[in-house]
Amino acid sequence: MSQSTEHIENTRTVIKPPNPRFKNWKIVYRKLKKNKSAMVGGFLILFLIIVAIIGPYFTPYAPSTQDILNKLQSPSADHWLGTDNFGRDIFSRIIHGTHLTLIVGFFSVLLGGAAGVLIGITAGYYGGRIDSILMRLMDILLAFPSILLALAIVTVLGGSLQNVIIAVAISSVPVFARIVRGSTLSVKKLEYIDAMRALGASDARIIFKHIFPNITSPIIVQATLNIATAILSASGLSFLGLGAQPPQPEWGAMLSDGRNFLYNAPHVALFPGLAIVLVVLAFNMLGDGLRDAFDPKTKE
Amino acid sequence: MFKFIIRRIIQTIPVLIGVSILVFSMMHLVPGDPAQIMAGESAPKEQVENIRERLGLNDPLPVQYFNYVKDAVQGDLGNSMRSGRDVTTEIGARFWVTLELAIYSTVLAVFVGLIVGVISATKRYSFADTSLMIIALFGLSMPNFWLGLMLIQWFAIGIDLPSWVPFINDTSWFKPSGWGSFAQVVLPVVTLGTASAAIIARMTRSSMLDVIDQDYIRTARAKGVKERVVIYRHALKNALIPVVTVVGLQFGGLLGGAVLTESVFAVNGMGKLIIDSIRARDFPVVQGTILVVALLFIFVNLAVDITYRYLNKRIDLD
Amino acid sequence: MTSAPNSYENILELNDLQTSFFTKDLEVKAVDGVSFAIPKGKILGVVGESGSGKSITSLSILRLLKEPGKIVGGEIKFKGENLLDKSEANMRKIRGNEISMIFQEPMTSLNPTFTVGQQISEAYKIHQGLNKKQAKQRSVDMLKLVGIPSPEKRVNQYPHELSGGMRQRVMIAMALACNPELLIADEPTTALDVTIQAQILDLIKDLQERLGMGVLLITHDLGVVAETCDYVAVMYCGKVVEYTDTKTLFKDAKHPYTVGLMKSIPQHDQDIEGDLAVIRGSVPSPAEMPKGCRFAPRCPFATELCREKLPDLVTDEEGNQIRCWIYSDEWDGDPEVNVHAETERTTESY
Repeated sequence: MSQSTEHIENTRTVIKPPNPRFKNWKIVYRKLKKNKSAMVGGFLILFLIIVAIIGPYFTPYAPSTQDILNKLQSPSADHWLGTDNFGRDIFSRIIHGTHLTLIVGFFSVLLGGAAGVLIGITAGYYGGRIDSILMRLMDILLAFPSILLALAIVTVLGGSLQNVIIAVAISSVPVFARIVRGSTLSVKKLEYIDAMRALGASDARIIFKHIFPNITSPIIVQATLNIATAILSASGLSFLGLGAQPPQPEWGAMLSDGRNFLYNAPHVALFPGLAIVLVVLAFNMLGDGLRDAFDPKTKE
Repeated sequence: MFKFIIRRIIQTIPVLIGVSILVFSMMHLVPGDPAQIMAGESAPKEQVENIRERLGLNDPLPVQYFNYVKDAVQGDLGNSMRSGRDVTTEIGARFWVTLELAIYSTVLAVFVGLIVGVISATKRYSFADTSLMIIALFGLSMPNFWLGLMLIQWFAIGIDLPSWVPFINDTSWFKPSGWGSFAQVVLPVVTLGTASAAIIARMTRSSMLDVIDQDYIRTARAKGVKERVVIYRHALKNALIPVVTVVGLQFGGLLGGAVLTESVFAVNGMGKLIIDSIRARDFPVVQGTILVVALLFIFVNLAVDITYRYLNKRIDLD
Repeated sequence: MTSAPNSYENILELNDLQTSFFTKDLEVKAVDGVSFAIPKGKILGVVGESGSGKSITSLSILRLLKEPGKIVGGEIKFKGENLLDKSEANMRKIRGNEISMIFQEPMTSLNPTFTVGQQISEAYKIHQGLNKKQAKQRSVDMLKLVGIPSPEKRVNQYPHELSGGMRQRVMIAMALACNPELLIADEPTTALDVTIQAQILDLIKDLQERLGMGVLLITHDLGVVAETCDYVAVMYCGKVVEYTDTKTLFKDAKHPYTVGLMKSIPQHDQDIEGDLAVIRGSVPSPAEMPKGCRFAPRCPFATELCREKLPDLVTDEEGNQIRCWIYSDEWDGDPEVNVHAETERTTESY
């Protein structure tokens, strides 16, 4: 197959401009639009964001209203997804918990990503001693399975949703640092970076004007996929009772409540879990699609 | 190769030091007085003082660290605040439980992941490929603690299904808690292994697709090699190289995931020990267990790197 | 199945071979009605730019095309039997046994995870049922035959431990392991250093004479043809435009494209882009294939007729074939046209 098409490209070698990113964004967008799975993921995320913002105004019940007489009821017309052990409406609680999940996902990745990008660019750009010190530090963080690292951090800081964000953020720093360092190294090799330096551009200018814009694609992909894992870790910590505290309608914590009623009210554990699956799935689908779209090897 | 192993071992030394510092400082990073926290808020002064003395918290930090490492190297990770036994004893058998859980899950994940990945790659864009990849996507998007609860619900408690459905209606096959017998092992292993299986399947698929397009695969076909042999001998051997790294990373992930799985299935391993100890503010046990898990992870990564190097003779780090 | 065993003159005969690549809404005819023959024990060179369909032709012969490539018509007669009628199992018995192939990239054509010996042995195990020890011994013999020093040591090495030239020798050893009657060599020297190129070509020619096999040598380099081949087929855009014996070709090339190629006989170290800079324009893309002669847009002699109607491949009394209107009765241009002189002038102006 390659033989049949190679001559089309090979007849003239086009010398690419050093910074073709604006054209690339368009190509990426076009590729992404054709990727059904990514589009489904993207729209799901959009939908969830809308639900998180306006959903709480439309829920049939308040998330914390207890109704002991109607506890552990199966799904019905009154309670679409049933009630929990305090008689709280699970559907309403899930809607009210949406923003918690999204916030934890976004902010932990924002924090961890920012720190990781800074460390990765610094290490990759300056190289030498700074590089080895920073990367050894990252190796140390990577020596812990990430959920365990987060667990240790939450243990130190104390259990709260805020601390879960910090913990998950820290455990994602080395992942970003490694990827960004690698991309920085490959961009640094490009001739025009040398030219910029010869022209007397400052390090900061080269880093922010020339290197960073060229390494955005792996960062975006990693960030999207990392939101998925961050949500999983965070809900795991809440499930263990180290994250969100009652009566917060955090999905992992709700699931944790449900585990005691598997015998007679399995829906209490079922639905919050499904909600988590839905969010994580959405980010994974979009992330996969972005990765393919940014990959110059995949065809339009 | 020998030189590589030596160098790789030397490289882990700073990591080991860093890990020990981090684990050591856990107790000191906690806001407030660790002794007071461990003793409980309303504990009498003498008791707090007692704890402080016992843990050597009055010494300067570097001395404390030095003592901690010195003891740790000799297998002494301190004593549990709860039971008073040494941490090493507390971990003891639990280490093997978690290791077993992680190894069984890895084996399951590799086995299922490779088969699914190879089938998907060889039947690219077919119905089978699409369905398997959708299942894999779900597999890695599921929180394992939720999957665990659902498995308990379906297989150990039972759901109302027509009586002709096998397994599910016969709940005696699987037990929802504990560790040891086959009936107890299956569900936690499936719970823990699913996400890894999904990741390995996706990795294997894309790696196989890369390899199948390589020139040497064409060479093998031009030699008259059977298609099955081309796939399983020529292609898979090359495709496995990147998969090995993923498996290594997954093993670490599984050690972490074991915390949740053990908690769901009440498996008495290191994960449950950590959680119980965190709840009881039993810091020496938390520290010791985390240290052991990190060491195990470092060791596995070392082994993976060496295997990778061995498999991929083309990479030359010199 | 064999109606008349051994009653063939040509070890390989292609008749109107058509191979296409199918994309969603487009059929690209990569090989569009190619016919040529290789007499027993002779070397045929197939020359053309990249995109001329020569590599696809070679892969078609062994039926090694990958999706979306497909042979859509014609015949591939090997020893008088049409390979397109064979089952996949029978094709496997032929591949690496009766017909072997070596490829352009020795760096990537050997499996990096097996030793040289394992890779050569495989052919013996498949086709001759030898056991491991015998196969390895034969592999050592083969390595010796292709001129690899200390073969007992090399046989246990991995491809990455060998140089490019060495690897191509290993490829040749592997291809010739089972004494094939036809060797297909797809640009076997393109990826190698100049000094190594000559060695490899000499080796192929030498082994060809010793073993008496037919060779299909695919190249973009007329210099290689001059040194090695008995016959030449020049391909352009999926069609043979000229077929003749090497001597005639170099004495009296007829097709303007061939003449253009000759004018640009390369220094060995230049690649195809540089080589053909003297032929103006570039190979048309499959989507905008000219409806007349495919070369017309680049041909200095092209007339209305050339642009409108595709010429046939015409065979003269001596068996030479040419696909060009200039040599037909219908030619509507200058009757005294001299392809050699004219292109010289044209090429100078570029």
